[in-house]
Amino acid sequence: MWPEGIHKELSAAGVRQIGYVPDAGHKRLIELCQADKKMRAVVLSTEEEGIGLAAGAWLGGQKSVLLMQSSGVGNVINVLGMVRECRFPLVTLVTMRGEQGEFNPWQVPMGQATRPVLESMGTVVHAPATEAEIVPTVNAALRLAYNSYASVAVLIPQRVIGIKSFQDQTSR
Amino acid sequence: MKRRDVVKKLLSGRKDLLVIAGLGSTAWDITAAGDSPLNFPLWGAMGQAAMIGLGLALAQPKRRVLVITGDGEMLMGMGSLATIGVQKPNNLTVVVIDNERYGETGMQETHTAHGIDLNGVARSCGLNIVEPKELTKAIHGKKGPNFAVVKVDAEKIPLVLPPREGTLLKARFRRALLGAKADAE
Repeated sequence: MWPEGIHKELSAAGVRQIGYVPDAGHKRLIELCQADKKMRAVVLSTEEEGIGLAAGAWLGGQKSVLLMQSSGVGNVINVLGMVRECRFPLVTLVTMRGEQGEFNPWQVPMGQATRPVLESMGTVVHAPATEAEIVPTVNAALRLAYNSYASVAVLIPQRVIGIKSFQDQTSR
Repeated sequence: MKRRDVVKKLLSGRKDLLVIAGLGSTAWDITAAGDSPLNFPLWGAMGQAAMIGLGLALAQPKRRVLVITGDGEMLMGMGSLATIGVQKPNNLTVVVIDNERYGETGMQETHTAHGIDLNGVARSCGLNIVEPKELTKAIHGKKGPNFAVVKVDAEKIPLVLPPREGTLLKARFRRALLGAKADAE
């Protein structure tokens, strides 16, 4: 499964700090990171904090990855300015809402704006179309970010996460 | 108390202390006390000073980390106190230089001018509250996470500006802290 595959990539890349705001789509990956003794999983009160965490980690010589839902992208816009000005390497893994088959209309505006918002702040966006592409895309994102000092977001498609209703979301 | 005197005293004999300063007056304060490659003064990203301190403290558990920020900057990132309270880094101290004003925008009153108690917030989040007179000792040795508010005069004083290029501030900090490893990754 893709969460196990992503965890292996993060581990192989030596990622030590995982900032996250929970999302049903990230549930398994968060559990894997919490169980990994070499990783520090840091629960955030807002996604913006994950950018500060990643910046501080890099100043201290550690790699950090940020996990969030697409709605969280709206919360990080201004602080992405610091990432760009300082060329902090950053990998953000975004589970998409407001995309294919969304059942909550309030998720649609930010979901549809996610890619242009990230790109307008200088973040490179990778959008794997299928489940099979996710793990290789995360591998590429880690290399692009940490070899080239780039901010890279991987958008994990709503179709892959496959949550169809509020009842389905709650039961996971 | 005068803010420049307070910060200068906190940073005197700093040894290998790692220092993050929030944007605006506190960035000028740490620079007035003596610019250092182990200073990371922010020029933006308002609300993130304490979180940068947390990421740094977790990455460098054997070093002491000090965040010096203003009341307005801390108010914008108040949730980070809850996040720090969960992680409990024992090498981190956050100091708020509180003039009860937004200093860069015309000295408008912040919430602390109306009785909002940042020490109370930090205490509720599980941080150790340190009295200003105990602060220098706490920065270098007290088991954290530590938090202090130092009330200072609301005064307009000359700017003392650090380098403003973000990549330079980042690179000089990493080189000073990590040595050759900074460029190897």
